[in-house]
Amino acid sequence: MIVDILIDGLIKGSVYALLAIGFSLVLGVARIVNIAHTALYMTSAYLIYVGTKMMGLPTIVSMVAAVFLTILLGLLIYNYFIRPIQEHEAAMLISTIAVAMMLQEVFLMIFGGHYLGVNPLVRGYLTVLGVRVTNQHLLALGLAIIVLISTRFFLMKTRTGLAIRATAQDREVANLMGMNVNGVAMITMAVSVGLASIAGAIVVPLVTVEPTMWMHPLVMMLAIVVLGGLGSLEGSFVGAYILGFSESLVVFMVPMGSFLKDSVALSIMILVLLIRPEGLFGVSFEEER
Amino acid sequence: MKSSKTVLLLMVGLALSWGLGLTAAVAKPIKIGILGPMSFTQGEGHWNGATMAAEEINATGGITVGDEKRLIELVKVDTNEFLSIPDATNAMEMAVSRHKVDFLMGGFRTEAVLVMQDIAMESKTIFIGCGAAHPKLCTRVMDDYDTYKYWFRLTPINSSFLGKVDFILLGTAGAIIKQQLGIEKVKVAIVAEKAAWADPIVAAAEKTIPEKMGMEVVGVWRPSPVATDCSAELAAIQRAGAQIVFTTFSSSVGLTFAKQMGELKIPAAPVGINVEAQKSGFWEATNGAGNYVLTINTYAPVKITDKTIPFYNKYKELYKEAPNYTAGTHDAIQILAQAIKNAGTIKADNVVTELEKIEFIAASGKVKFDKSHDVTWGPDYVTALGTQWQDGEMKCVWPYGWEGVTYEGSVPFKLPPWMVEYWKK
Repeated sequence: MIVDILIDGLIKGSVYALLAIGFSLVLGVARIVNIAHTALYMTSAYLIYVGTKMMGLPTIVSMVAAVFLTILLGLLIYNYFIRPIQEHEAAMLISTIAVAMMLQEVFLMIFGGHYLGVNPLVRGYLTVLGVRVTNQHLLALGLAIIVLISTRFFLMKTRTGLAIRATAQDREVANLMGMNVNGVAMITMAVSVGLASIAGAIVVPLVTVEPTMWMHPLVMMLAIVVLGGLGSLEGSFVGAYILGFSESLVVFMVPMGSFLKDSVALSIMILVLLIRPEGLFGVSFEEER
Repeated sequence: MKSSKTVLLLMVGLALSWGLGLTAAVAKPIKIGILGPMSFTQGEGHWNGATMAAEEINATGGITVGDEKRLIELVKVDTNEFLSIPDATNAMEMAVSRHKVDFLMGGFRTEAVLVMQDIAMESKTIFIGCGAAHPKLCTRVMDDYDTYKYWFRLTPINSSFLGKVDFILLGTAGAIIKQQLGIEKVKVAIVAEKAAWADPIVAAAEKTIPEKMGMEVVGVWRPSPVATDCSAELAAIQRAGAQIVFTTFSSSVGLTFAKQMGELKIPAAPVGINVEAQKSGFWEATNGAGNYVLTINTYAPVKITDKTIPFYNKYKELYKEAPNYTAGTHDAIQILAQAIKNAGTIKADNVVTELEKIEFIAASGKVKFDKSHDVTWGPDYVTALGTQWQDGEMKCVWPYGWEGVTYEGSVPFKLPPWMVEYWKK
């Protein structure tokens, strides 16, 4: 049973990590509270559905097109719904909730409440230590690691990454130093939405495409980012695996209570916060002030 | 001369207005409110089934009421009951008080239908349920006949009968596994979404399977109705060595579970209730991974009665999908039309009396309402069906010799080939 829990937790954690990294980046690094992040992930999913099932395009072509179109939509949302109120976190929060609801209603209107499916990039399964794992899940695991490394590299080793970090540290000083802070924020948003749509492309074949599919991942993302510590990509990564393993543990240890897996995961988050309020890898609030 | 012209004009005007008034009185349509979550498959089923029936009846001139023919006018009532019960209540109030409908049919979620039922009963409007399965909707008729006599349930069969069919399907699959794979004691994993309607089925399954069916229960899993991942449950089920997965799903988890079970080729047969598998979009939504899923169903391209296949094919042609059980509004309108014709009036009390007497050959079987105004279940009446996905086609696999009933076009139940291969080893 331990092997089952380990493998299943690892796979689940990877899927969560893939979803959480973009959210963590935009929230932790650019200080943009984008509740519509998972609604953009849903947009990517629907666009892939349109490309593959309605227009008959190859899956990979649909995925690439979906990523670009979602980034474009993300930038429009940033420009009209986030940037004008970026200094007011509460207003930004409410504005992005409204955007997410709007997207939900638009998809409900166009596609109805039907449960739709998207073809996986890779079919079949592998047996790992006696546990069957779909190849698409294994792909999600591999991509989560690649995305984390790439994002880390982008932030730490490129001039744009440096600009993003500098703007995140002190927007005003960065502005005084001659940096185009609006441009930097736009790039951060584009990267974040790009990560959401890539997550959409990889994760969507594993789940069901429907107009409320953004809600559950949003709750998990918030939990992961808070658990891992705001502003820490590594924290989000570790947080994702903690929640992944805890969910698997619940299903295997208490089968009758498998519906409780989300609640248990969120309880762990609360427990960690009670012991370490800044999260696992976060900067302590005292220090931040 | 001028005055005579005026008189003539007045007379013509009067005659025209009188004539028009008469025409309007003759053509006054019968308003039927169709209740359902219209953005979702269930609501679409309600509306499509009703539209099809109304068009068919209107093409013949309408419903015969005494000496006249009256057309049907449908009123689309979006209850949004999937997302909000208060929305359903408001929609029902509007249908009754603003649109002043003569009859009501549809409804899906029991929690919403119970409230909507009260509103309909208060206004003494006949309400034919086509969606909610809870027995309480009909036991109310027995408990307080004068108040609830305007309620009738046509589809689905109530949850007690659904439970019976569920266990019959399980027993059938168990017998085939024993016979084909030579397994003495078949192992069953019970997987039911965590919802109130599924609790009695789980409790009954835990007791009945080992005590009365001679099979072994290897575990009970209760995922959330909206779970987006069931891989842990599936890994545990496979570890437990189950040959049958006894499913009870009405929500999106049914799709997720079937999809992942098929992709992982878990060596077990999925049998039970999976509402998602009743839809023709299931095959595409699971990318074919839903092959061999067996579920209780209402319609399939088999000859339950002479009306079933023509209805099924026409519906599929018109709406590009197979009818689900909420499309029973088609049968409901036809039954109502017959009852009105028999009563010779649309007065609710008279129509209730006729509905209580009626025996109607519908697409879903022979319909007769029992004392609680529930649709009668049994070999001579509505049986429900067991349908299995076999290589992209939804096939009827039950009844297949049950109580002497085999509908023309039915085929035998098939075990997944990977399961046969695994257990034969």
